[in-house]
Amino acid sequence: MAKTIQEINEKIKKGKAVVYTAEEIIDVVKSKGAKKAAAEVDVVTTGTFAPMCSSGAYFNVGHSNPRTKLGGGTVTLNDIPVYTGFAAVDILVGATAIPDDDPRNKIRPGPFPYGGGHLIEDLVAGKDVKLVARAYGTDCYPRRKLDTWVKLEDMNEAVLFNMRNGYQNYNVAVNLSDRIIYTYMGILHPKVRNATYCSAGQLSPLLNDPLYRTIGVGTRIFLGGGVGYVVDRGTQHNPDVPRTDQGVPRMGAGTLAVMGDLKQMSERWLRGASFTGYGVTLAVGIGIPIPILDEEILRHTAVTDADIVAQVVDYSEAYPNCIPGSLGEVTYAQLKSGSIKVNGKKVPTAGLSSYARAREVASILKGSVESGSFLLSEAVAPLPSVGSGVKFRPLQERPVFNNTRVAVD
Amino acid sequence: MPTKRLTFNFPPHLIDQPVTYQLITEHKLKVNILRARITPREWGRLVVEISGTKKNLDAGLQFATELGLDIKPLAQDVLWNADNCIECSACVSVCPTGALSVERKEMHVSFDHDKCIACELCIPACPYEAMQISF
Repeated sequence: MAKTIQEINEKIKKGKAVVYTAEEIIDVVKSKGAKKAAAEVDVVTTGTFAPMCSSGAYFNVGHSNPRTKLGGGTVTLNDIPVYTGFAAVDILVGATAIPDDDPRNKIRPGPFPYGGGHLIEDLVAGKDVKLVARAYGTDCYPRRKLDTWVKLEDMNEAVLFNMRNGYQNYNVAVNLSDRIIYTYMGILHPKVRNATYCSAGQLSPLLNDPLYRTIGVGTRIFLGGGVGYVVDRGTQHNPDVPRTDQGVPRMGAGTLAVMGDLKQMSERWLRGASFTGYGVTLAVGIGIPIPILDEEILRHTAVTDADIVAQVVDYSEAYPNCIPGSLGEVTYAQLKSGSIKVNGKKVPTAGLSSYARAREVASILKGSVESGSFLLSEAVAPLPSVGSGVKFRPLQERPVFNNTRVAVD
Repeated sequence: MPTKRLTFNFPPHLIDQPVTYQLITEHKLKVNILRARITPREWGRLVVEISGTKKNLDAGLQFATELGLDIKPLAQDVLWNADNCIECSACVSVCPTGALSVERKEMHVSFDHDKCIACELCIPACPYEAMQISF
């Protein structure tokens, strides 16, 4: 029996929608069977809370008097350089931005104690942030120097805009070399002494809608503690990877570009993160409701950690040098047990994605849908799926000699 | 036999004294040195696991205190800031004693002071500055 999103929204408005988290639905389907559960359940909520480097935010800080053309000038917020190549007072900051010449990061491995991710967290927390601007001055924007405290609530617009979030599956990182390495997957000890992974597995949004049947452009989501939207496929979206019989990608595949009003968000769900020896990023809480329109959609949401596999990748040699291949395949159930086997050796595992917080996101979203305060939206356009031809390609380097183009044979 | 995890803070003038030797030989204590830091003309620091009969322990610690050592329980030095922790578990696989652990069903992270040996491996491993040490 197929349902529509409009029908589900009517039930949500009446407070009668039947909602489960992506964790709870597993047992519901086990006890009732998929057919019966699909008829009864209206929405399954997913969640994830993990570092997502391609996160950022843009702001309209308002005009000073006299006016200053930040556009084309240089601006820092708490010493973090922001991008100014827009109109006079629109600025953009990315999660991985760090202060120029921060002495704390000069000695390897630097601690990267402050960067764009922390700046976004501070702004969301309502803290005052120091804006320092140098502009070239024009007839219409005469002022050349601006040093002022700013805070989020005084800005005209403050928008979280993340060009790639919510990765559908990810690598498990290990270090085959005999020296310690510092990566975006955390500190990896030599000779495969630890392994790190980064996905909420059975709770993760795109792993519960593996073929993008309901999550698409325009989908309303929980973002950073507020409401946001999927605005497009994320960068590096790569649907055509090997998949399991249930359609779940065996490695990193789909991604989402998301945005939302930063003023609604909270520092509990946007946390600056410092990866020793690597840099700064932002942990982002995302939750996506999946409308149960038919039995197939429901079956996909009932995926368990034991059904989802990830590839073990060496980050000392293979990853930096783009050498394809995997040291083996493990399930999220194994990863979450605390140890996996790599080349026959037992290796302790650690998550970078917080499963406990992912569950919290999914249950907050469940509560909002149940109470009628969060309605589902129809996707305006689907995300490119299997067979769409959308591919994640490497850079084809074409070396520059004397500023001329040379044909590559 | 009681066991204590302690930090011995040595004032600069005591750095050349064989205090540990005296604790072992005269007070019959079992001393396992977990960490040591000695810097010329500064306070030195020894993290030890120390065990013996209650009588010997009390006498030994009194001897060290009278000598001028500042002795503190180790647990005071390592702090788990639960508000900063997002329970990602990044620290868990580097913790050698299981002081940082995950309850595997709900995936909640917890810190057990009594198991901590103040090795500091968790500090750079945590992206959220949830682990702090007051060394």
